[in-house]
Amino acid sequence: MFAKLAKSTLVAAAMTVAAAPAFAAGGAGYVENYNFSWQGPFGRFDQNQLQRGLQVYTEVCAGCHGLQYVPLRTLADEGGPGLTEDEVRAYIDQNFIEVWDDDLQDWRTATPNDHFPGSMLENAPDLSLMAKARTGFSGPYGLGITPLFNGLGGPEYIASLLTHYTGTEREEFGAVLYGNETFSGGYIAMAPPLWDDAVEYNDGTEATVEQMALDVSAFLMWTAEPHLMARKQMGFTAIIMLGILSVLLYLTNKQLWAPVKARAKGESSPAE
Amino acid sequence: MSGIPHDHYEPKANWEKGLAKRLPIVGLIYDTIMIPTPKNLNWMWIWGIVLTFCLVMQIITGVILVMHYTPHVDMAFASVEHIMRNVNGGWAIRYIHQNGASLFFVAVYLHIFRGLYYGSYKAPREITWIIGMLIYVLMMGTAFMGYVLPWGQMSFWGATVITGLFGAIPFIGEGIQTWLLGGPAVDNATLNRFLSLHYLLPFVILGMVVLHIWAFHTTGNNNPTGVEVRRTSKKEAEADTLPFWPYFVIKDLFALAVILVAFFAIVGFMPNYLGHPDNYIEANPMVTPAHIVPEWYFLPFYAVLRAFDSEVWIVIFFNFISGGIIDAAFFGVVAMFGAIVVMALAPWLDTSSVRSGRYRPMFKWWFWLFIVNFFVLMWVGARPAEGIYPYIALIGSAYWFAYFLVILPLLGVIEKPLPQPETIEEDFNAHYGKDDGTGGSSAAAPTPAE
Repeated sequence: MFAKLAKSTLVAAAMTVAAAPAFAAGGAGYVENYNFSWQGPFGRFDQNQLQRGLQVYTEVCAGCHGLQYVPLRTLADEGGPGLTEDEVRAYIDQNFIEVWDDDLQDWRTATPNDHFPGSMLENAPDLSLMAKARTGFSGPYGLGITPLFNGLGGPEYIASLLTHYTGTEREEFGAVLYGNETFSGGYIAMAPPLWDDAVEYNDGTEATVEQMALDVSAFLMWTAEPHLMARKQMGFTAIIMLGILSVLLYLTNKQLWAPVKARAKGESSPAE
Repeated sequence: MSGIPHDHYEPKANWEKGLAKRLPIVGLIYDTIMIPTPKNLNWMWIWGIVLTFCLVMQIITGVILVMHYTPHVDMAFASVEHIMRNVNGGWAIRYIHQNGASLFFVAVYLHIFRGLYYGSYKAPREITWIIGMLIYVLMMGTAFMGYVLPWGQMSFWGATVITGLFGAIPFIGEGIQTWLLGGPAVDNATLNRFLSLHYLLPFVILGMVVLHIWAFHTTGNNNPTGVEVRRTSKKEAEADTLPFWPYFVIKDLFALAVILVAFFAIVGFMPNYLGHPDNYIEANPMVTPAHIVPEWYFLPFYAVLRAFDSEVWIVIFFNFISGGIIDAAFFGVVAMFGAIVVMALAPWLDTSSVRSGRYRPMFKWWFWLFIVNFFVLMWVGARPAEGIYPYIALIGSAYWFAYFLVILPLLGVIEKPLPQPETIEEDFNAHYGKDDGTGGSSAAAPTPAE
């Protein structure tokens, strides 16, 4: 059956098979180019924002979605939300996070070494990698120039999706779909999850829909790329070291070839 | 080893003589590193060392990655996330390996284009060219199978489509496809054998690289003039060449360092730019992605594959005379592999007695059109096959074949080449000599490739 499927995909040549809209990647709709703190070569995660995003995730998103690839202990890692180890344990206790234990054949309270729970709803995708599994920017004409300057736009896609509900609804096969300018196809199965003051921030930040959307997008960027700051650090170190090496090799090369090139001019090089 | 006269290694101390008598390895290394190299090589002759570096880098990072990777459909995706999150420096190693494949292909395409422009494939270097083409095909196989290993959506569907190509072969296709996959569809057996082969093939490539180097060390390097090094006397050979160490090693390392600055800028600041976001979604046989797009380095050939649909007259013609055995799918597959085959046959298709494109006024235009066409095909390969795109793909594919099958054979007959310099020394002195572009150097006017 799969051989046939593969063949028909091939014969179609287009390889454009209508995908279930819920899994369609890329931003078919409108994506706003938000500014995030980690953007640009010198950008860093805003620790307070990651903590606020964790709060939004925990109080709103986690009702349906999961973060199955993210170990709880990494909340205390450098370059992340920066909880203390005690705070991680308190987070587990306060949210009654439990995991299935194969040895006990029973549920037990999670430890920091366990991962966040997976999705509660079958139709709610896991969010661990969502910020990298979606793109907000592409083109023009498939040339990839926009993402070169704006970034791939995964977090922008998430933030836009959360803030661009149109308020319209549609019923399809007995399920309600909600109008959304960002989601491809224009209608999404997820009801608008955020409203003003859906959470109460500890640091006094006003919990507008846009603020919460940006915070949780930042948090999901961290869950998708927890070593982002270390990566940029490595990038700088490598570029500087290799830059110095390039200069040294350039000078060595110039010196080395100077007598050869001088001979080509018919001069006798003093170096010889 | 080389036919160019030069000084060979002379063992001096007693232990050196003793070792040389039993295993002449020092002499072999000496002759390899000190090989007389045409001194007029330009910056397009650096890609060999970049490619060697890439191969070693990919093997080292790959060997580390496989220590932490689990080749099982239920665990592969999670094990890659484990590498990215928990393994010390795992994210760096994996991003280097992932983008290293792209650097590898950037280098190999420029290396191939260098060979096409300067006629490096012509006698007596056909064997070097053929081995190079085999390495290139092995690289594509290795890269394709490596892309399947993270077991993301594009891994799975890419594997499904590409192995489906074999299924398009009449009569035996489905059997071959099942045999390749280890079952009726891409599944655990496929993943396991792909890991096995992805680990094996780089070492086959390594062996082929040794043959590649051995072959061109025997014939000597080509150079931008295409004029051979004089071999009549050692003195004349030395006027045309310099030893590989230190002159070209230092030059190549300088170029490599500059290229690595760009490479690490990508790894450090935009490691996913060249990837596809769908590969951060775990493989799901029940959900087909909206667009199945291969990695950028396959796109020109993917465009050729898709160009020949059932409405193209040549496909209709072959379908008719074969009694329906050759359908559009099979024709596309033949065209895709054929595109590489005609390139490999370039030494016998190019009838011009002049090697270097520098002295071929008509060839130059067709060559640069070939390069532009390559990028057009790459671009159109990623576009949906609708609207004007299939026509662009068809024209591009037709030009690809026309370049090798029509233009190269004809140019040798109708083209009147420019005068070539007598010797490499003359070219080098004209380039670096003190006459500031006054007379004589017009033939050596550098093109953008140089």
